[in-house]
Amino acid sequence: MIKIWSMKKNEDAAAKKKPKVSAAQIRVQKDLTELDLPATMQTNFPDPADLLNFILTITPDEGMYKGGAFVFSFAINSNYPHDPPKVKCTQTIYHPNVDLEGNVCLNILREDWKPVLNLNSVMVGLQYLFLEPNADDPLNKEAAVEMSKARDQFLSNVKSSMRGANIKGVQYANVLVR
Amino acid sequence: MAGSNGIASQDWAGRYDHIDQILNTPGPRTSPAFMAGDGVKDFLRNQAKILVIGAGGLGCEILANLALTGFKDIHVIDMDTIDISNLNRQFLFRPKDVGQPKATVAAEFIMKRVPGIKVTPYFGKIQDKDDEYYMQFNLVICGLDSVEARRWINATLVNLVDPENLESLKPLIDGGTEGFKGQARVILPTITSCYECSLDMLNKPTAFPICTIANTPRLPEHCIEWASVLEWPRVHRDKKMDTDDPDHINWLYTVASARAREFKIEGVTWSLTQGVVKNIIPAIASTNAIIAAACCNEAFKIATSSAAFLNNYFMLIGTEGVYSYTFEHEKRDDCPVCGGESLEMSIGPEITVEELIDMLTEKQDIQIKKPSLSSGSIQIYLQAPPQLEAITRPNLQKKVSELLPTGGEVTVTASTLPFNLSLNITYK
Ligand SMILES: [Zn+2]
Repeated sequence: MIKIWSMKKNEDAAAKKKPKVSAAQIRVQKDLTELDLPATMQTNFPDPADLLNFILTITPDEGMYKGGAFVFSFAINSNYPHDPPKVKCTQTIYHPNVDLEGNVCLNILREDWKPVLNLNSVMVGLQYLFLEPNADDPLNKEAAVEMSKARDQFLSNVKSSMRGANIKGVQYANVLVR
Repeated sequence: MAGSNGIASQDWAGRYDHIDQILNTPGPRTSPAFMAGDGVKDFLRNQAKILVIGAGGLGCEILANLALTGFKDIHVIDMDTIDISNLNRQFLFRPKDVGQPKATVAAEFIMKRVPGIKVTPYFGKIQDKDDEYYMQFNLVICGLDSVEARRWINATLVNLVDPENLESLKPLIDGGTEGFKGQARVILPTITSCYECSLDMLNKPTAFPICTIANTPRLPEHCIEWASVLEWPRVHRDKKMDTDDPDHINWLYTVASARAREFKIEGVTWSLTQGVVKNIIPAIASTNAIIAAACCNEAFKIATSSAAFLNNYFMLIGTEGVYSYTFEHEKRDDCPVCGGESLEMSIGPEITVEELIDMLTEKQDIQIKKPSLSSGSIQIYLQAPPQLEAITRPNLQKKVSELLPTGGEVTVTASTLPFNLSLNITYK
C-alpha cells in the first residue's frame, strides 16, 4: 500500500479533524446567517430548530404590487447546494410569473441554478419579480397576455386581486398588509 | 510462483503471470516503498481489503477487473435490485436475476467465475454503515450515479481521517459516466481535492424553464416534465412521487401523452417518461468499461506502489472522437468538507458563549467578524436572520459547558471567512 502519510509531512495534520456536520447543513447555516435582506423581506421559521424549511414574506415598497405581503415556502434538501431550494408561493396570486398552484418561474430556481448561487440570490430574484413582472416568461398566461396587451386592465386586476377579488372565476387571496 | 510462501496455494501455476510481470521487479517509476516480489503480492492477494460502492454499470466492470487483477477480499454495497433494462450492460446479471439485489447476485457471480476470491455483498444503503465498517478497508472505489451518495461517502472518508492513526486514511477512487463522457479520480481524503471541492464542476441535469413547460412545449420531454413538475403536485397534493413505482410512471405517461396530443408533439413513450423523471442518461457500456478500467488501474497502483498513481482527475469525452484530459483539481480552501480550519480551544468551564465569541473575534490569525456557532443540530448563536438571532440570543449568557460536552465540535461560519471553521472545545 502506498505510503500516503509521508505526503502529509508539510501539512498541519492535527488541525484537520472535522465535525460530523453535513456539507449541506454548513452551507445552509452560512447562507442564512449571511442573509442581507432589505426591510421588504422577512424570513420566518415555523420550527426554529429546522433550518431547511422556512417562510419568506415579501412586502414590496414600490411598483404595482406595493401594499401586498407575498408569502413563499422554502424547502431545502440534503443535496443542497447541488440541488436548488424548492420555492412555492403559498397564496393564490395574480402574477404573470406565478401560477395558481404557487409555482414560480424564476430561472435560478431551475435551469440556471448553480451551487455558487445562494439563498440570498434566490430571495433577491423573487423580490425582483414583484418589481418587474416579466410577460415573456409566463406561468399565468392570462395575466401575462393582459399585461402586454391591456396594461390598464392588468394593473386594475393586480389591485383587485390583492384585495381578494374573484377574477374570471378565480378566487385570489387577500394579500394586503394588515 | 506457486506455493513459495503459501500465498499462491490456491492459485494454479501461472495464474497471475501477467500481473507478476509488474510486481516482480521495480521499474523506473516505482516508489521506494515498492516491495517487489512476494511482499507486494502478499499484500495484494492476502491482505488488501477493498470496498466497491455500486454494483451497476460501473460496478459490474469494477468487480470483474479487481477480481482478475488479484484482489481477493472485495466487499460490495448496492441498494438496488436488478431491472430488466440493466441486462444489456450489467453483465454479471441474467434474466433469471431480475428483481434480485444487485450486490448479492454480482458477488455470487464473481465468486463462481473467479475461484479463490471472496466477495462480500451488502444489499442496502451506504448510510446504513458506520465509521467502524469503513475503517476495515484499505481502499474504496465508487461507481455511483448519485451525487448525493458520492457527497456522503466523500464526507465520511474525510471525517474518518485521524492524524493519530495512519490507517484511517482511505484513498477514494471515484468513477462516473454520463453517456459518452466520464471521469475517474483519486481522492486522498484531507490531502487532495475532494468530491465536494469540485461540486460546481458537475454537469447539472438538463432542466427546462418552467414557463416553457407550462406554455410552449415543443419536445416530448417538455410534456413529461409538465406532468411530473406541474400536474403531479396539483392533482396529488402532498403525495410524493415515487419514480420507482410503475403506477406513478403510468400516471405520468398518460398525462404527458394527452398533453403531447394537444400540442401535436410526438415521441412520448413509457420509457422516455421513466428516463426523464429518473433523470436517466443513456448508459454506454464502453464508457463504463473505460472508466472502470481507469479506476481499477489506480486501485492496483495505490495498493501495490508499483507505479505513480493518478494526480488526480482524468476526464474522458467520447462524444466526438476520443478525447481525454488529465489534470490536478485543486483543493478548495472554502470546501465545507475538506477545507476550512480546525482549532483546538481549551476554555474555562465558566466561559460564556458571548465570551467565547469575543475570544474568536480577537484572534488575529483568523480575522473573524460576527461569527455564527452551531454544534450538530444545536444552534448556539446565529447572527441572522432576526428571528433566529432572537431565539439564540439567551444562549450568549450561558456557559459553553452547559451546552457542549468536552470534546464538543462547534461549526463556525461568518461572512468574513471564506471557509468554515470548526472548534474542538475542551474545558480546563
Ligand atoms: Zn473538499
